[in-house]
Amino acid sequence: MAMETSFAILLSMLLPGAAVLSNMLLRNSPDLRDGLTLGAAIATFMVVLNILANVGNTTTETFTFLTVMPGLELAFNVEPLGLMFALLASGLWIVTHLYGLGYMRGNNEDNHARFFACFSFAIFSVMGIAFAANMFTLFLFYEALTLSTYPLVAHKGNMAAIKGARTYLGILIGTSIGLQLVAIIWTYAVAGTLDFAKGGILQGLIAGPSVAILLALYAFGIGKAALMPFHRWLPAAMVAPTPVSALLHAVAVVKAGVFTMLKVGIYIFGIEFLAESGASTWLMWLAAFSILAASVIAMTKDNLKARLAYSTISQLSYITLGVALASSMGILGGGLHVVMHAMGKITLFMCAGSIYVATHRTEISQMTGLGRRMPITFIAFLIGALSIIGLPPLGGSWSKWLLMVGAVDAEHLFILGVLLVSSLLNVAYLLPLVAKGFFLSNDTDAELAQSAEASPLVWGPPAATAFGCVVLFFYAGHIQDFLMPIVATN
Amino acid sequence: MASETVHHTAMTLSEHLPILEILVPFVAAPLIVFIGRRDLAWPIAFIASAASFVIAGMLLSQVIDGSVISYQLGGWAPPLGIEYRVDTANAFVLLLVSGISTLVLPYAKASVARELPESAQTLFYALFLLCFTGLLGVTITGDAFNVFVFLEISSLSTYVLIAQGAHRDKRALTASYNYLIMGTIGATFFVIGVGFLYMATGTLNMADLADRIENQYDSRTVRAAFAFIMVGMGLKVAIFPLHLWLPNAYTYAPSAITSFLAATATKVAIYVMLRFLFSVFQPGFLAEVPTLDLILYPFAILAMFAASYTAILQRDLKRMLAYSSIGQVGYMLLGIALLSESGLMATMIHLFNHGITKAALFMGVGVYVLNGGGSFYHNLRGRGKTMPWTSAAMVVAGLSLIGVPGTAGFLSKWLLVEATLEQGLWPIALLIVASSLLAVIYVWKLIETLYLAQPAEGLQDQNVPLMMMIPLWVMALACIYFGFDTDITLSAARSAAEGLLAGSAGMR
Repeated sequence: MAMETSFAILLSMLLPGAAVLSNMLLRNSPDLRDGLTLGAAIATFMVVLNILANVGNTTTETFTFLTVMPGLELAFNVEPLGLMFALLASGLWIVTHLYGLGYMRGNNEDNHARFFACFSFAIFSVMGIAFAANMFTLFLFYEALTLSTYPLVAHKGNMAAIKGARTYLGILIGTSIGLQLVAIIWTYAVAGTLDFAKGGILQGLIAGPSVAILLALYAFGIGKAALMPFHRWLPAAMVAPTPVSALLHAVAVVKAGVFTMLKVGIYIFGIEFLAESGASTWLMWLAAFSILAASVIAMTKDNLKARLAYSTISQLSYITLGVALASSMGILGGGLHVVMHAMGKITLFMCAGSIYVATHRTEISQMTGLGRRMPITFIAFLIGALSIIGLPPLGGSWSKWLLMVGAVDAEHLFILGVLLVSSLLNVAYLLPLVAKGFFLSNDTDAELAQSAEASPLVWGPPAATAFGCVVLFFYAGHIQDFLMPIVATN
Repeated sequence: MASETVHHTAMTLSEHLPILEILVPFVAAPLIVFIGRRDLAWPIAFIASAASFVIAGMLLSQVIDGSVISYQLGGWAPPLGIEYRVDTANAFVLLLVSGISTLVLPYAKASVARELPESAQTLFYALFLLCFTGLLGVTITGDAFNVFVFLEISSLSTYVLIAQGAHRDKRALTASYNYLIMGTIGATFFVIGVGFLYMATGTLNMADLADRIENQYDSRTVRAAFAFIMVGMGLKVAIFPLHLWLPNAYTYAPSAITSFLAATATKVAIYVMLRFLFSVFQPGFLAEVPTLDLILYPFAILAMFAASYTAILQRDLKRMLAYSSIGQVGYMLLGIALLSESGLMATMIHLFNHGITKAALFMGVGVYVLNGGGSFYHNLRGRGKTMPWTSAAMVVAGLSLIGVPGTAGFLSKWLLVEATLEQGLWPIALLIVASSLLAVIYVWKLIETLYLAQPAEGLQDQNVPLMMMIPLWVMALACIYFGFDTDITLSAARSAAEGLLAGSAGMR
């Protein structure tokens, strides 16, 4: 079945949009409502697959939905990086929706309809980001994503949630309006367009320190990429229910950030322009610092979700680093890491949620010996962790490999060292949980002896994504080939 | 001479549109008093306002290509006779004023019925129409003294309208009195300025004035006139240190009046300021008065930060919105200060966008006030649950106030930042976005109160009248609509900016 690409793009956004409406209208019939959302999630994924089948890794014609002002258009197209992101987000939406059902019902959380409505709206925004054909469209959906996830972070409505949500919104809106918007208007003033174009749109139009300043406005303005020192929102957002952390703060929101970073690097500045001007060197060092510093902080956190949050900050900077290296391998490694990290991290977050549903425990020190009680969850966690660390035969090994090659290509051997040290740090903060869970026993804790895996809706999804990490190891080559056109020099 | 218009002996109705724009509400106002029936007052007011709106639309469609309509009152040719002059800049403002009025009136019917005693309602609509007429007159006239006359018509009726809030809260009386003093000082300053101009040139027709002061830019009288007019209008605009009348007036006036005034009165005053700055004194004069930069930029930026910061501190939603209005005036002033076409365009667009945004917000507050007794934040706790439709409209308008992409407010900010970058003033561009972060804070305080706080105990929720809900949502949706469809607003603003920058040549 072949669909007109423009129609398919619209459909991929309309389906989550319809899910928003059905969740709001059917607030009193939970089964029908959740069933429809699942249907929408599956249909969205099918539509994106259909685009993949029709378009492959070519870049399609831009179709303009409406023109706000001359030069400011709401326009969409399909290109490899965006398609990959759309596939990732819509595919994981299905898994997380099932998991979210188990979690929300298992924990007796309130306001399910609002929760799933906002969730679907976030997916709608992500589709808009993935298929945006220019920076204006991307920015529009970027802000929509921030606003739609705010109620999710504040979901519990207690003081801690309100405070966390305030930090979340403050940093994300603050950076995007305060810095990114300026960068976008500046770009528009200089280039007269905001279209994503191969090789960038700025080459030859600005020079000298301006390039580095503009890049800084983007790099810090894309707060969702959590580059230090604008990373505080990510741990703050961990007050949200775990399905939110899993999909949004391991996949959709943070990946929207680094995806934007990649888009800006490749299609606004252009890799060659970045490399020639040397404007991204400082960004490379900052990203390297972020990688190490966040890992060190992660080791000090006893709260499992906080530790995973800092781990995410560290891993996101890998992708920023890939852009900053301004080499083909770096970009490819960054692009690949979007997928690999998403699969690994969503597994880890869902495992954390699974532990919480079963035992209501959040601190790592309370989980000693729990592995024997919840073997599936802990094995899934182990696999996800190994993928994040970057060990074969798991997906995460390939993206780190490419990044290391990129660092060598760009003749920054010190960065190679940073990546190696970071992997060791990952081992140090991720594996103790598993080791203590399986090999130490805790006889004094009677409650722990009673605990067991929660419902299959809760442990099934992380098991599935853990399996995904293994599968990705064997298909990494395909993804890399798929992404090749974005760095091809023609 | 300004213009040599051929005198028609037999004019068709369509040629009389400029005077009809004013005459319809002006005649309808006393008509309401003469008929003296409460049930007829509202329909008459609404029909008059709607007619003005239609006429304003027709006028704008005639001049949007950049042409000018000159209408001689009573057939007396300017400069001796009074001339009404319609170009894109003021047709755009006419459309805004009459459009807001036509939407506020249905809202007013429901809200006035509850806020005012029956005995006061008939006169309320008569005064509303007078105020409306005054604002239209100020906008349409091409005669400097006539501006003063209409200004007083609108001001005097505004003082009474604000005082009507006393039926709910006696503090409306002092608020109105304060405004009366400040407004009168402003109007007096303005008329002194016009007097000086008359002294220097012997004419009151704006186009004629422009021609005659062209070689008198050094004259102390002309410069003094400029200063008086700017300060006088500055008071009406509520430029930051001259804003003291505004917060109380907006807080204690009846809700419908606040929505109407916030969206129109200060906007009309800004238009007059623009008209005098660019059409009477002309860009050439402004270039010769370099001190203008030193006055406009600092006050604009001061307003953006000081007023927005004060807005954050407020505990009463109406007051918060009032201070936010003062802050938003800063953006419009900034656009003027740039003295460029893109800057003026940003000002004109923001005038419109902020008008609809604030009208929506104040309408929403009015609904809350009717259903819970107060506009303090502690009265609004948890209203997101109990009044979902009103609160959702408030969120939409609030996002437009911040300037989130996809709303009308975003375009204003975009154009303004672009205009500053065009002149390489990037520190100012950063200040603009930094100050909109203050807007994020005060809007979010509202959203948290509405959605995350627990509702107060024992709060009875009444049904919101549809007559209030529809205008509120029309305004809120307009905030989104004009964030995407900019055909009308943008072309009108561009043509207005071109006309203004051309100085007196743009008036021909």
